[in-house]
Amino acid sequence: MATITDQGTAKVGAQVGRSVPRLEGRDKVTGRAEYTHTMRLSGMLHVKLFRSTVAHGRIKSVDTSAAKKLPGVAHVVTIEDVRKVIPDPYYGPAFHDQPILADGKVRFVGEPVAAVLAADPHVAEQAAQLIVAEYEELPAVYDEVEALTSKVHVHDVLKPAGTFADLKHLKDAKGTNLALDYRLRRGDVDKAFASAAHVFEHEFRTQKVLHLSFEPHATIADYKDSGVTLHTASQGPSFVRTEIARLLGWPENKVRIKVPYLGSGYGSKLYIKLEALALALSMIARLPVKVALTMEEMFYQITKHPSTFRIKSGVDKDGKIIARKCEVYWNGGAYADIGPRVTQKSGLTASGPYDIDNVWIDSYALYTNMTPAGALRGFGVPQLVWAYESHTDMIARALKIDAVEFRRKNLLREGRPHPTGTVLKDAAIEKVLDRLVERINWKQPMDRGTGVVRRGRGLGIAIKAVISPTTSVAIVNVSADGSVALYCGTIDMGQGSDTAMAQMVGEVLNMPAESVRVVQRDTDVTPYDMGTLGSRSLFHMGHAVRRAAEDAQEKLKALACEVGEPEGSNIPIPALFVKKYGMQAGNVIGTGIYKPDYVPPAPGTGLSSNVTPFWMISGAGAEVEVDTETGHIKIAKLISVLDIGKSINPKIVETQISGAALMQLGFTMFEKMHLDGGQVTNASLADYKIPGFHDVPTAMENLTVDVTQSNGPFGAKGVGEVSTFCVSPAIANAIDDAVGVRLMELPLNPESVLRALRVKAGKPLGDE
Amino acid sequence: MTARTIHFTLNGAPVTADIKPHHNLVELLQTHFGLTGARESCGQGLCGCCTVLVDGRAVSGCLFLAVRIDGTEVVTIEGLDAGGKLNPMQEAFVETGAFQCGYCTPGFILMANQLLDAHPDPDDDQIRHYLSGNLCRCAAYPQIIDAVKLAAKKRKTIAA
Repeated sequence: MATITDQGTAKVGAQVGRSVPRLEGRDKVTGRAEYTHTMRLSGMLHVKLFRSTVAHGRIKSVDTSAAKKLPGVAHVVTIEDVRKVIPDPYYGPAFHDQPILADGKVRFVGEPVAAVLAADPHVAEQAAQLIVAEYEELPAVYDEVEALTSKVHVHDVLKPAGTFADLKHLKDAKGTNLALDYRLRRGDVDKAFASAAHVFEHEFRTQKVLHLSFEPHATIADYKDSGVTLHTASQGPSFVRTEIARLLGWPENKVRIKVPYLGSGYGSKLYIKLEALALALSMIARLPVKVALTMEEMFYQITKHPSTFRIKSGVDKDGKIIARKCEVYWNGGAYADIGPRVTQKSGLTASGPYDIDNVWIDSYALYTNMTPAGALRGFGVPQLVWAYESHTDMIARALKIDAVEFRRKNLLREGRPHPTGTVLKDAAIEKVLDRLVERINWKQPMDRGTGVVRRGRGLGIAIKAVISPTTSVAIVNVSADGSVALYCGTIDMGQGSDTAMAQMVGEVLNMPAESVRVVQRDTDVTPYDMGTLGSRSLFHMGHAVRRAAEDAQEKLKALACEVGEPEGSNIPIPALFVKKYGMQAGNVIGTGIYKPDYVPPAPGTGLSSNVTPFWMISGAGAEVEVDTETGHIKIAKLISVLDIGKSINPKIVETQISGAALMQLGFTMFEKMHLDGGQVTNASLADYKIPGFHDVPTAMENLTVDVTQSNGPFGAKGVGEVSTFCVSPAIANAIDDAVGVRLMELPLNPESVLRALRVKAGKPLGDE
Repeated sequence: MTARTIHFTLNGAPVTADIKPHHNLVELLQTHFGLTGARESCGQGLCGCCTVLVDGRAVSGCLFLAVRIDGTEVVTIEGLDAGGKLNPMQEAFVETGAFQCGYCTPGFILMANQLLDAHPDPDDDQIRHYLSGNLCRCAAYPQIIDAVKLAAKKRKTIAA
């Protein structure tokens, strides 16, 4: 049998490193894979929500009488009804700030105010349109920078959930929209700025965009007094169970969360979304209740954080960055969701993959009167990289230093402390840059064009810390016929985790990955996992799975010894069970738990000697063609180069890299939620465009560097988000290279480019 | 609203359903026949997740009223692996890894089959153009092009 050390030292084995086709492939191509959104339970009621039309207001009245009279309507529910079954109906991972239905106030357009239940969803929809609400409108705050000092306060009192130590000081805070302020203080930035030969200061902004997973959010709750079962499209069933148990005042073992495949998530289905509402409605109806959103409604569920990043760098006469000050404002919307963690976990890398002695970071999570914001494929890091890699290029350009040389001069190298104080290890920043430079032919001159169409190229590099500290638990069950099942809570939402985990089991137990059964997620049987997020699963759950398989292997060995087999016996597993139990009977259960070491950032300074168990390193390069008459941009080439350690499944890794890069291409080039008085004016796929076939760059390269993550399972680490990081600045830098204009706000659409070109030519366009 | 009875062929078998005039094809398939391979996502006929073949032509099931199905032949993704054997396009999607979450995959497979019926040996531009009405949020587009080309080869081998 295969053996590995506890550190999971990389070895080339029969299963790991093989492009095993996805285990669930057949179910997906035959349309038989199960998703919550298309599930039905017998006797189930459907729900339609009546939503707020104002961004901020006191609810004066909600008239549900006409809706209740419509034939076929089972219940019309407001917060008063919810309170009768759940006395304290507030939920959330960081703050218990979100009511199951609006409670006295509405805080964003689209907030659920009332719910209609009916056996026929069309009846529920018709009835929802008969509800009338009156509001006393209040002034609203939308901008994240204004929110810090605004007299408008989204919440009267802040209610931290108690889960996170760095939020405790905000308990009962009043008169503020600040849901977290993360600070990092290293060295003395003011002194360094005073001694710098050059100081550069810029402000970058990102827009509000949507995950838009094709399976909209959906939850079915089936409440009984003896226990509750939720079928839900969730990236974190363990958290859902904890939170539902808390709302009910029940032990966790009475709460069962089942998750089939997800029609993707990208961070939108993390923590708790529709589950609390579905629970309350099922308690009221005493029947199974399904809450399933339409695509339009997803625009009122969760989005990415818009951001403003003020970045200032001091550079000495030799081109060395000696000081960097970062002020990042995160627009968290009306409810905190996981925004405070985005603010902290990404905030600590806001100064980039550079070796800078004096760093000051302030990262602010802010409440505003918009749809809540949470994690989206990068946990805030793409917003940061957009700013710091644009800024880095602007400095190089101003100092007339080659953009790659300037980066090389300042790169954070292996063994050097990151600004948090954590010493850099297994972070192949230089290798990534080298490969990028080679693939984009940086050293060769390029044809820049002479006529209307001009060409340019640009690149960016980035670093991310993984969300810490987090725990994963796995079980490997060897049946008496020798077949193996894996129980792990990682949700396969398309990233291929089931296949990768099965490969790790197969590697340890010396069997084909295809023969390992990955049990569907069900908290009654699958053990705890913190969540499928932040590219943590392959590393954390990977270790737990590896340990569970090793534990099973050890127990099989012990069993062989017990039944009198000689040392090193290769008795087939079925024969081993027969020898023990006299027939095909019994199980061997291996368990594995993984939680990495971690030192939390010190309050006030944000410093930590061990802030992350691994670093994600990313680079992107782009070649663009800009039409100077229309502002139209064509992406001729998009190159991603990543350090992801060893690949467990190279084919799946490649699709993750290209998929994430293309998603970020949409966020970079055109995706934007348009808002007018807090109202989303393009809440549909007709008006909110996402990348299609014609948006794929003419050439794409999806590459990894040949390295090993020494503390990773089989030398691997996560990949799901990593190629999103650098796409935006690489393209903005390429546009500047092509036509000499610098865009400071996403998206980089033709209008922005044309406006910038006309400003540069001294002939600015008028307003819209 | 009054129910009415429709008769049609579903994946080769004659069937009957009592429907209401406002029901669409996706609801018909899901509620009456438990077929969930055609699924509503955008609800506007723009994403292709609800693609169904009606009399051999791909339609958006979310916009297609169920009453119009009366007397037609309907083929859904579930009809492609008759007898447990995957269609060449399905095989090609698995082998090239042309999907991630799989939600849009049935629609792509049905549309890509229609593409190969019309153009047995498409180039990249033809594939892009023909499939541009289907969207994949996981953006498996490069792999989908590989899958369609592989399926074209498989079909030729079968035909030969």
